[in-house]
Amino acid sequence: MTHATMDMMRPPAPAEPGVQAYNLKLGMWVFLASEVMFFTGLIGSYVVLRFGVGEWARPGVVLNVPLTAFNTFLLICSSVSMVKAYAAIADGDQKGLRLWFLLTILGGAAFVGVQAYEYLHLAHSGFVPSGVREGSELAERVAAGTLPVATMGLYGSTFYTMTGFHGFHVTCGVVAMLYLYIRKVLPGKYTQHDYRGVEVVGLYWHFVDLVWIILFTIVYLI
Amino acid sequence: METAHRKHPPYLLIWLYLALLTVAEVVLALELPMSQSMKLLLLLGLAVWKAVLVALFFMHLKFERWHLRVLAIVPLPLAAIFILAAISEKIW
Repeated sequence: MTHATMDMMRPPAPAEPGVQAYNLKLGMWVFLASEVMFFTGLIGSYVVLRFGVGEWARPGVVLNVPLTAFNTFLLICSSVSMVKAYAAIADGDQKGLRLWFLLTILGGAAFVGVQAYEYLHLAHSGFVPSGVREGSELAERVAAGTLPVATMGLYGSTFYTMTGFHGFHVTCGVVAMLYLYIRKVLPGKYTQHDYRGVEVVGLYWHFVDLVWIILFTIVYLI
Repeated sequence: METAHRKHPPYLLIWLYLALLTVAEVVLALELPMSQSMKLLLLLGLAVWKAVLVALFFMHLKFERWHLRVLAIVPLPLAAIFILAAISEKIW
């Protein structure tokens, strides 16, 4: 067994000229750059709407912050399990790859599950994309003056749009990883010399985690 | 069979940082009495700190060649310009 020094980014496949990254990885980075602009559109719109109006519901009044903090922790855990899967196959450890990759899929699926539960709970309490449902528990609080009536519609639409699009991205990631797990990871098709799929899907997964870190702060805490 | 092991970054330590920073964010947002603008600045700072940790260590940007780093960084100033433009339009 030999111990090489840090050479993390030696490509697992011949590098292309120019940026010196293989095509699949370069393509993923270009895609992620476009995703940055996509989420910028959403976050930018939210910032303008959020700070352009007067009152807004205070953090933790409508949304369940502890539950979402737990969900954030789940996504962070799945991100670290993804990178551990990458490290395992980079060291030629098939067993480690299978374990960490599976844990990543489970973490992602759990995140989506908790988000679905959160949506159901919010809808039940009366917080819907159009604002507050009439006759609901939340409508009574709006009527009592503890929530700003004027901005609840904006709050609902921006909240569900941003978290919904992010949830869609997580779901796509889980489906992609499940596909790779069944078709590539379990049959042992990734090797120490070629594990491009793991690295590329990992980049996507970490990006989804990174976006959630920003969204969690902006939507739930501020 | 001979297997080469690379030296990897301390992923579990980064995970611990991220978890602690998340707890700090929640405590700051819900518990600490502080002016709204100071809270906003600190929360954004913590979020950026966490995002940078993920990008540098989990996405391996810290170890990438500069060509790829540039590709990753290019959309960020554009994003900042778009958001600032939208905010300034609202202000003026």
